Amino acid sequence: MTAQLAVFFVLGALAVIGAISLILQRHPIHSALSLIVVMVALAGLYLLMGAELVAAVQIIVYGGAIMVLFVFVIMLLNAGVEEHTSISKLAGAPGLLLVVALAGFIAASIARSTGTVQAAVQTGALAPTKDISNMLFREFVYPFELTSFLILVAILGATVLAQREKS
Amino acid sequence: MSAFLSSNVEIVITVVKIALLLFIVLTVDAYLTWFERKVVAHIQSRWGPHRVGPHGLLQPLADGLKFLFKEDPTPAGVDKFVYYLAPLLALALALTSIAIIPFGPEPIRLFGHDIYLGIAPLDLNIGILALFAITALGVYGVALAGWSSNNKYSLFGGLRSSAQMISYELALTMSVVGVLLMAGSFNLRDIINAQAHRPERGIFGWNVWPQILGFFCFFVAAIAETNRAPFDLPEAEQELVGGFHTEYASFKFAMFFIAEYTSMITVSCLCSIMFFGGWLSPFPVSWTFTHYLPSVVLTPFGLWVILDGLRYETIFGRLILPVVGTAIAALGAIFVMFPAVNEFIQGPFWLLSKIFVFLFVYVWMRGTLPRFRYDQLMAFGWKLLLPLSIVNVIVTSFVILKWGAK
Amino acid sequence: MVPTNYYVILSAILFGLGVFAFIFKRNIITIFMSIELMLNAVNLAFVAFSQAHGKLDGQVFVLFVIVVAAAEAAVGLGIIILIARNRQTLNVERVDLLKL
Repeated sequence: MTAQLAVFFVLGALAVIGAISLILQRHPIHSALSLIVVMVALAGLYLLMGAELVAAVQIIVYGGAIMVLFVFVIMLLNAGVEEHTSISKLAGAPGLLLVVALAGFIAASIARSTGTVQAAVQTGALAPTKDISNMLFREFVYPFELTSFLILVAILGATVLAQREKS
Repeated sequence: MSAFLSSNVEIVITVVKIALLLFIVLTVDAYLTWFERKVVAHIQSRWGPHRVGPHGLLQPLADGLKFLFKEDPTPAGVDKFVYYLAPLLALALALTSIAIIPFGPEPIRLFGHDIYLGIAPLDLNIGILALFAITALGVYGVALAGWSSNNKYSLFGGLRSSAQMISYELALTMSVVGVLLMAGSFNLRDIINAQAHRPERGIFGWNVWPQILGFFCFFVAAIAETNRAPFDLPEAEQELVGGFHTEYASFKFAMFFIAEYTSMITVSCLCSIMFFGGWLSPFPVSWTFTHYLPSVVLTPFGLWVILDGLRYETIFGRLILPVVGTAIAALGAIFVMFPAVNEFIQGPFWLLSKIFVFLFVYVWMRGTLPRFRYDQLMAFGWKLLLPLSIVNVIVTSFVILKWGAK
Repeated sequence: MVPTNYYVILSAILFGLGVFAFIFKRNIITIFMSIELMLNAVNLAFVAFSQAHGKLDGQVFVLFVIVVAAAEAAVGLGIIILIARNRQTLNVERVDLLKL
């Protein structure tokens, strides 16, 4: 087992544990912390794959901005522990089975179809920031401008939504 | 054992480097508190700590012992996991950011291996972005500390402090883009080397002259980011009792404290690397006689320390100061006697001097400037610093397009 | 080298867990977080395929997904704050009628 495979398993296990913890925790702040763990583990996986810029952007934007938003909202709304309303026993277990089946089906079909697609390039050689930015500003310039407009709209929308009513 | 060592020697070297750097950073943190108290005291026309050991030099030791032995109560009703996690997170993130900083250009050749100063590998192509990622995660330490303390004032302090941190993060990252455009890379070593492309210019080749606006934005945003004066409203004593670390007693408070001083050190390193040439000497390269400057500084200082120790009567003064002074003077003498060591030490010497200057400016601002009010603080960040840094980016891009990265 | 399959299977597992959380949790904010988990799982698949084919399109697309997720989180959390203010609850089972 090479070092890379070992690191993959460690980070993958961390991500899965974080996701399971998101489901099992009762207080939303603990779920948010578990999601942050998942995101940092995924950033580690991106680094393992050689996507350095994506890893950095994931931590800065997802982990450092979006999740901070979540944590702020949880603190502002003073969200408490979830009430213990019971999942209907009838739907709980079959639901879990169905979700496992969904994930398993996706995984199995991927595994069967792509065979053993080995990674074609060495880590790090693929993704210097210069190439990504070249692509961003040449082939993808239209989506780039559209997303900047989208963010402007989102900022305005969120500001308007969260204002207190002028009474 | 030796077979294990020789096959994994990279890992062993890195582990040793990490341990050494941790030790050094923690010691520097402790003496930074002494330095701050002394400087602020002298600004306020009084002496700082001067009883515990000669010149108060053992004060950090006394503080550390106090932190270790003080009672560490946990308030009722806190969320235990988050309460214990927050200072750990803040400390871990602050210490991790030191790992990315390169301390010198030349490696030490030991047993046939090149040991570069600085833990991160040479080709860490996202050097500065990794630092910003760690800074972005640092907001959690503060926010979670404020929230988990089960205390209104801590919650307010934590929310205000984290809102301040995320607001100034934008200005921080934008103000650096000018430097990155000029250097063409995120790697910190490349940024320093880009400032060295005309070695005879010395101090005039540094990034601060073309990027004076970027430097101003970066430094101010970094002070706000580390919650230091004059932006330290959320943790000010008169306003909110103690802000987000009110409910944290001895050792956990010490962890927040260390995290704050370590991020101060990181920001000083970044300022000196990105804007002031890092390990480059301010003198032109052709002036080789300036290579003796470390010795010229260290040896007389060591002798002064020895002489100063002799006027004390306590055993601490008589014993510690002459020993320390002898060590410093001997270091200066070694640099004169071994030219190879002298060449090697030039880089780290200049970098450490610049870091020291920036730390002094930090402490100076704390002693001198009054505190911002919270709405003034937020208005300053959003309405002044962010537009200024964006203007800096636009102007730098235009200049580079027209004339190439000069 | 880690085969691409492993990454995609991990992505499928995370996606399945996100779906499970989406269906079975009751707090609005947790449901929103499970949406972010699903988006992250998809990002992982994108980057894995980008590495497999040697092209950068996947990573550029991941940048766009992250940006869009940020915009969506901002607006969504604004809506959640409004719902919490108007209904005084964060339990989705109580927000099932348009009438207050």
